[in-house]
Amino acid sequence: MNETATPQMQDQTLEDYTTADGRKIGGVMMDLKSITLRFGGLIAINDISFNIRQGEIRAIIGPNGAGKSSMLNVISGFYQPQEGEVWFMGKKRPTMRPYKVARQGIARTFQNIALFEGMTVLDNIMTGRLNFMKTGWVAQSIWLGSAKKEETINRQKVEEIIDFLEIQTIRKTPVGRLPYGLKKRVELARALAAEPNLLLLDEPMAGMNVEEKEDMSRFILDVNDEFGTTIALIEHDMGVVMDLSDRVVVMDYGKKIGDGTPDEVRNNQEVIEAYLGVSHD
Amino acid sequence: MTDSNTAVSLPTLLARNVQRRAKAIAYREKEYGIWQTWTWFEAQQEVDALAKGLIALGANRGDYVAIIGRNRPAMYWAGIASQKAGCIPVPLYQDASAEELAYALDHCGARFVIAGDQEQVDKVADVSDELSNLEHVIYLDGRGLRKYDHEQMTAYIDVQKLGREQGDDDELAQRTAELTAQSTCVILYTSGTTSRPKGVVLSNHNVIETAKNSCEFDKLTHKEEILAYLPMAWVGDYIFSMGQALWAGFCVNCPESPDTMQSDLREIGPTYFFAPPQVFESQLTSVMIRMEDASKFKKRMFDHFMKVAKRVGPTLLDGGKVGFKDKLSYQLGKLMVYEPLKDTLGLRRIRVGYTAGEAIGPELFEFYRSLGINLKQLYGQTEATVFITQQKDGAVRADTVGIPSPGVELKIDDNGEVFYRSPGVFVEYYKNAESTASTKAQDGWVATGDAGFIEEDTGQLRIIDRVKDVGKMADNSLFAPKYVENKLKFYPDILESVVFGAERDKCCAFINIDLTSVGNWAERNNVAYASYQELSQHPEVLNIIGRHVSEVNTSIAEDEMLAGCQIHRFLVLHKELDADDGEITRTRKVRRGVIAEKFKDLVDALYDGSSSIYTETEVTYEDGRKGKITATLEIRDATVISREASAA
Repeated sequence: MNETATPQMQDQTLEDYTTADGRKIGGVMMDLKSITLRFGGLIAINDISFNIRQGEIRAIIGPNGAGKSSMLNVISGFYQPQEGEVWFMGKKRPTMRPYKVARQGIARTFQNIALFEGMTVLDNIMTGRLNFMKTGWVAQSIWLGSAKKEETINRQKVEEIIDFLEIQTIRKTPVGRLPYGLKKRVELARALAAEPNLLLLDEPMAGMNVEEKEDMSRFILDVNDEFGTTIALIEHDMGVVMDLSDRVVVMDYGKKIGDGTPDEVRNNQEVIEAYLGVSHD
Repeated sequence: MTDSNTAVSLPTLLARNVQRRAKAIAYREKEYGIWQTWTWFEAQQEVDALAKGLIALGANRGDYVAIIGRNRPAMYWAGIASQKAGCIPVPLYQDASAEELAYALDHCGARFVIAGDQEQVDKVADVSDELSNLEHVIYLDGRGLRKYDHEQMTAYIDVQKLGREQGDDDELAQRTAELTAQSTCVILYTSGTTSRPKGVVLSNHNVIETAKNSCEFDKLTHKEEILAYLPMAWVGDYIFSMGQALWAGFCVNCPESPDTMQSDLREIGPTYFFAPPQVFESQLTSVMIRMEDASKFKKRMFDHFMKVAKRVGPTLLDGGKVGFKDKLSYQLGKLMVYEPLKDTLGLRRIRVGYTAGEAIGPELFEFYRSLGINLKQLYGQTEATVFITQQKDGAVRADTVGIPSPGVELKIDDNGEVFYRSPGVFVEYYKNAESTASTKAQDGWVATGDAGFIEEDTGQLRIIDRVKDVGKMADNSLFAPKYVENKLKFYPDILESVVFGAERDKCCAFINIDLTSVGNWAERNNVAYASYQELSQHPEVLNIIGRHVSEVNTSIAEDEMLAGCQIHRFLVLHKELDADDGEITRTRKVRRGVIAEKFKDLVDALYDGSSSIYTETEVTYEDGRKGKITATLEIRDATVISREASAA
């Protein structure tokens, strides 16, 4: 990385921001500038710019095929946009492999759960600590002192997360035997194990019943509150999005049609027409 | 035990334990996947820090401190610390609704609340406007509370920190020294199924004497391990995890979360254990379900050895003699089945186990006893600081609740109501002199509200029913329908039964067959049937039920007082009693009045001597439609043992 850190606050509107509930959130953590992503002739993301601030919960919403997941994949480094720049922590991010992005402190969950079904919950969450394991496989296989120490530290962190997400009962249960709602929670646990600065959640509440949704919302708020983790999430449930998030980006057919607080977005005519449905009052 | 005179309060007991065994483990809690431990010395440090913190926060002598949360060492310390600081601890049920909580908090006028987590804090916050006395909330788990207004809220560790840094040691010592045996140890609110909860005031004397007596009764020592998983506001947990634990000096283990109780139980392997019948029942069910899935070999082995256990296990446990061959089989079974099974259940090390609360089915009771688990019954009340009667090792039965606990006197009045007097008898109902007076007589005798009698040959108490549910028959003898119905329902073939006989000259009964059990029997014996109704009236089914009824009669006839409750005639109902038809409540309690009204023709037939009756009954289907079913029911006579014969 030969880019030097440049002051990122060129735009005055990016200065301190106060949320609807009076909470101050920090400066810009991730800035996406004019991102365009094409798959052959198909334009998935069309010249979109928005930012994510330190400590906020940022929602990305839009109808099916709007390009939300593609956007998340651009942030996580899985897709490389043909045009535009990704600025992270005040630096322009060069093309890099997703695992390197992960090392920068970005973790994610998937829309379709991507856990190791045969492994226990504990082992699954431990995989989230991969970036913190420095000892080699030789040291680990013969259980050298350094490997043992490292394992203890990592396990401790994982146990804190297990406690936090209240999944002590299923610690030793193979993931394959868990119901859907719990699998989602385990996935969140694994992402948290990476101690991310920025947590990406791809439809964390899809397919859940009301109670599971309430639990998950609580956990997302608690993660944000306790660890100060910045969260970007995609979600279809409007009630959840409006309740949880500090700011919302609305996408439709690869374009950004709205950006602001939940209330601003709710009253944006274009958004209403495209997504929320026309209101009759 | 020489120092029962000097042990005037729980704090002095704690100090005594520190002196005796400072480095022994007093508390364990599983957290972050590991059992964290505190020695007696460390526990006292924690308690002192909290007590000094409370004083620094402005707690005065005689203030009430409500404690709401799940079983955690810190919550137990809160109880002792409040006492040390001269306050009175009031543990409250953590699953209580906000209104119930508000009632208790208002009633005791708590100035401080020590809450387990956000859920409890929220509940208290919801009702705090109505509580003029409430000043400060102390919370243990700060998760999710970061954004709350902290003007009247402090974290538990911060209170301890305050106590450590600015605490006044002299003041604390002064207040602790002021405690006497007569000062209030705790106020426990009874659940109050009938009226408003009542705050039962227990003195140090009540708690310590009861703990001492009961520890001696079962020879409990500092080597016991218990799992604290029952509600902290329940008197049983208070005695087991506070009174007895402090008296005997044994270790209290707290589970990681309520859901992990079963696996934590297994890891700890308690030596002293209490559970209500439901816990044992659900354990047994899960064992049976898992055995269904086991390999054929394992299943046959299990079935074989369980038969052996059933035959000789209880006898061996009571120290009786069995044949050499049986002894050998049992030893083999121990190796192959019983010990591994007990280990899985977490019950392998149990020396003393108790169940209480409600009648336990004899089959269920015998299952655990046959494995060699010393499961016993006790009978107790909050007002008695738990123990009224309990069973001695070697004299254990499913249908009695034991002999009076040490120091307890029993008497039965003319109505059959049980009264007791003991060192554990409560001081008073807090701010409720009227109830205190109606429950506790001047000379210390307390009414239990339960009807029962003492068996002459064994001296064991048997509880029949609540006094208000017990009636009289025409000849003025005792009529205890629930007692008889429970006996009938312990047969797997019988799902429900309703016994009639109040103000009549004899008892008769309706029986509901259990379709699962009887259907299973029909399948095995090639009995064809098209409907519940047809199966219920099958002559062979009536014979089976008839045999059950006769057996129940035989067992009832053994009790002189209840001999009149024998069932003379019965019929098997053509439909299951259903909550949709209003015949039973949603919690499956029989609605006697509704049934007597609705099936009046059947009741009349039972008493007029007819041998069968044609009846039409309206039923409500699940979708709400109504229909009629008709049936001709046969009425059978049951073998009744005459009083003269039983007396002879």
